[in-house]
Amino acid sequence: MPDRITLEVARYRPENESAISFQKFEVPCHKEWVVLDGLNYIKDQLDGTLSYRWSCRMGVCGSCGMNVNGEPKLTCATFLADYAPGPVRVEPMTNFPLIRDLVVEIGDFMRKLTEVKPWIVRRKEKPLSEGEYLQTPSELDEYKQFSMCINCLLCYAACPIYGLEPDFIGPAAIALAQRYNLDSRDEGASERLDILSQHEGIWGCTFVGECSKVCPKDVDPAGAIQRYKLSASLASLKRLLMPWGAE
Amino acid sequence: MNATHDVVLVGGGGAGLRAAIAIAETNPRLSVAVVSKVYPMRSHTVSAEGGAAGSIRSDDSLDEHAYDTISGGDWLCDQDAVEAFVKEAPEELLRLEHWGCPWSREPDGRIAVRPFGGMKKMRTWFAADKTGFHMLHALFQTSLKYPSVTRYDEWFVTKLLVDDGRMQGVVAIDLMSGRIEAITAPAVILCTGGCGRVFPFTTNANIKNGDGMALAYRAGAPLKDMEFVQYHPTGLPFTGILITEASRSEGGYLINKDGYRYLQDYGLGKPEPKPVLRSMELGPRDRLSQAFVKEVEKGRTIETPYGHVVHLDLRHLGEKVIHTKLPFVRELCLKYQNVDPVRELIPVRPVVHYMMGGVSTDIDGATPIQGLYAAGEVACVSINGANRLGSNSLPELLVFGARAGRLAAEYVSSARKNDDGSKVLAQAKDEEKRLQALLDGNGGRERIATLREEMQKAMEEGAGIYRTGESLRQAVAKIGTLKERFRDLAIEDRSRTFNTERVSALELSFMLDVAEAIVTSARSREESRGAHQRTDFPARDDHRFLAHSLARRGPDGSCRIEYLPVTITRWPPGERVYGR
Amino acid sequence: MRASPYTEYHPRWLRRRKSTYWWLERMSYLIFILRELSSAFVAWTVVFLLMLVHAVSRGDVAYQQFLSWSTSLPVMLWNLISLFFVVLHAATWFRLAPQAMVVHVGGRRLPGAVIAASNYLLWVMATVLVVWLLVGG
Repeated sequence: MPDRITLEVARYRPENESAISFQKFEVPCHKEWVVLDGLNYIKDQLDGTLSYRWSCRMGVCGSCGMNVNGEPKLTCATFLADYAPGPVRVEPMTNFPLIRDLVVEIGDFMRKLTEVKPWIVRRKEKPLSEGEYLQTPSELDEYKQFSMCINCLLCYAACPIYGLEPDFIGPAAIALAQRYNLDSRDEGASERLDILSQHEGIWGCTFVGECSKVCPKDVDPAGAIQRYKLSASLASLKRLLMPWGAE
Repeated sequence: MNATHDVVLVGGGGAGLRAAIAIAETNPRLSVAVVSKVYPMRSHTVSAEGGAAGSIRSDDSLDEHAYDTISGGDWLCDQDAVEAFVKEAPEELLRLEHWGCPWSREPDGRIAVRPFGGMKKMRTWFAADKTGFHMLHALFQTSLKYPSVTRYDEWFVTKLLVDDGRMQGVVAIDLMSGRIEAITAPAVILCTGGCGRVFPFTTNANIKNGDGMALAYRAGAPLKDMEFVQYHPTGLPFTGILITEASRSEGGYLINKDGYRYLQDYGLGKPEPKPVLRSMELGPRDRLSQAFVKEVEKGRTIETPYGHVVHLDLRHLGEKVIHTKLPFVRELCLKYQNVDPVRELIPVRPVVHYMMGGVSTDIDGATPIQGLYAAGEVACVSINGANRLGSNSLPELLVFGARAGRLAAEYVSSARKNDDGSKVLAQAKDEEKRLQALLDGNGGRERIATLREEMQKAMEEGAGIYRTGESLRQAVAKIGTLKERFRDLAIEDRSRTFNTERVSALELSFMLDVAEAIVTSARSREESRGAHQRTDFPARDDHRFLAHSLARRGPDGSCRIEYLPVTITRWPPGERVYGR
Repeated sequence: MRASPYTEYHPRWLRRRKSTYWWLERMSYLIFILRELSSAFVAWTVVFLLMLVHAVSRGDVAYQQFLSWSTSLPVMLWNLISLFFVVLHAATWFRLAPQAMVVHVGGRRLPGAVIAASNYLLWVMATVLVVWLLVGG
């Protein structure tokens, strides 16, 4: 393994530029180093003007998503040595507006997340004095996978539909809606149905499946969406046949 | 440019979001601003793994939880605060369950609890081994329900505005555009977390720079018990990634290079095949980390390119237990250490993890400055005393976040509005000039990374697990020099848009203030208690030091230490006994 | 190129256009597009079958004409291509089926491979049945 590797890093400085350019940096290539360590080396020692997001560096906060050699990845969980001898191309995540260098704007997702009502909806709240809502381990397993989403947005970067139709609600938002729909304590499935059964909701998805491929936490948003298509169709049919039926 | 709210929360982690929800529920007509330098779901609460303690089992009691916490804290905890904390913890955790937090369950559907370090009974609620992650996401997603909460995502607070002895708001940089704005409010709650990044080897994320502590310190509030820095016994070498205490509560062993469970040599009991509460690997964190240092001195640890390590042995737990109870631990070990805990030993070493000290508050989260509150790791109430027990920090966020929120809401409803805003605006304008000067500066020579690394090295050498008067004296001197050299800082990034170099520089200046408070407080405390161990004063001295240290900035800018007696209610100081 | 005007406090976000040939950027995108295209060929096989049935119903002469048409080179080639796409359609469908269908048996989730395998099995059985009907019985 060579002891140095070249990173080709995307730069964009809106005050003076109107397009992305690439800058080459040579960084050490230790076997424990991840791409983020390389970026930190650049910022600390070579060029302090490089801007990017990072925080926990253990793959749980979701800050450091970027495109590494064209693939959306968490740079804190992607090892430099896997790309030896390099060069390694580091770019901002696709499908998002670019603010600066490797920092993209994620406000669109934040709005869409709020739209799908990602909280427990209940007709009547149980008072605390009555204790917890009972939930067996198998009921927990029903939605557990979808609750693992770290909001890293790699799925949005991988989804071609989100790139072509920016109104599409997107994989993570739908997976989080499903997380609540399948939670035995929640009673908000029909409220979320109204939002998600629109054209920009689940029906925008054509099951390309890239989102589940890039997800670092195995949330399987594609699976969540397809399963939801089935349950949404059944729910809509029920509404048609039994308009005043119990939900 | 100016925005006005009723309450400003600095920080959007567990404590900040809980406080925001508390205010929104207490009085929905109050406008709440959550100002966070990262999007709230990136806050460091997300990395917490092990669990949150709340006494719910019939064989457990609030008094026992209180006693475990107080003895764990080596009697430096304010007992009235601890009593309130243990009472409200189960309620808060239950409230979070109602808000959707996926706590792990017993087969019949009830909340499950697991054993944890330093606790005599099982009372730690958990969500697999990603408790903090699930708690933060449940809080954040629930907070989206409240229209009275406005979020300022990626706004970096640089200064607290104080006038007439009262809080007037904050000055913050909108990172995206670079604009500097004053956000005025009569109440400000600091929820910015701890300061692990002051040390070189830490479980803490990049964002833990003691921002709130420095902001409060500069505004004139005292910092309490800053010398108490917790080293978590099991972090992965090189990265410092946390391997949760839950791996030991499920039955993991700590063994030295001879395969010997060395904790038995340090007054922590006798080794048993199954975990015994308050014994051996389930002892308190400070004693376990100190045992490691002693093992290094005896030459019984394993040397690696990244320092000395011992081994955490989980092999006897079996794949099924690891898969159900510790899946994240397995994932982290495989990915970052190339080790499968089911079959191999995990190399671990003590790593800086938590700050017991912080902004001095009372039992409701109020600081001596009117209108300024603090909650969470940034605050020191103190319920953790000289050493925090594992799984007490997550409920601390909820209990004191809620208390500070409710108190701030009450205060604001009756607060005198500031009629003359011109002085505040003048302060804000001065701050804007200072921040702009960082960009327009005339080119310094010191790199941020160099100063930061020197600070971290000085802290590790001077104020590590074991300290001496001499090592602390040197650390105090070094930090002083670094603060001087900071004036000659080089900032290459002159852009306004998302300028992370300016943010790093500001964070470094916060860290230097916090580091100064830590080493000065440590030098002043001439005893050994909990996480503060002095080889020149190896015994606990209740006569002189059954008191909190208060670090205040003097008019000449120096750090002055005073002492505040600890509140004792029902548990007179005694001996910390583990393993018996 | 002249630098774009930059207003104070108004960051200029760069909105990057997606190329019309986005589907050529990755193998998985290409397979996705081919998969979507395969539906057209599935429709063709249905039409072809209807044409066959219609020819049979019009008598022996019409049937022979249909046979000679369908064995001409261009039609054979076209049907060969269709066969490729129909197989692709089935294979991708079966591969994705486990993600869309979660089946619980006795409280545990059936592994994805079982669902895919049972789909293939049914396909093989149906094929065997059809062949037996046409050739054997």
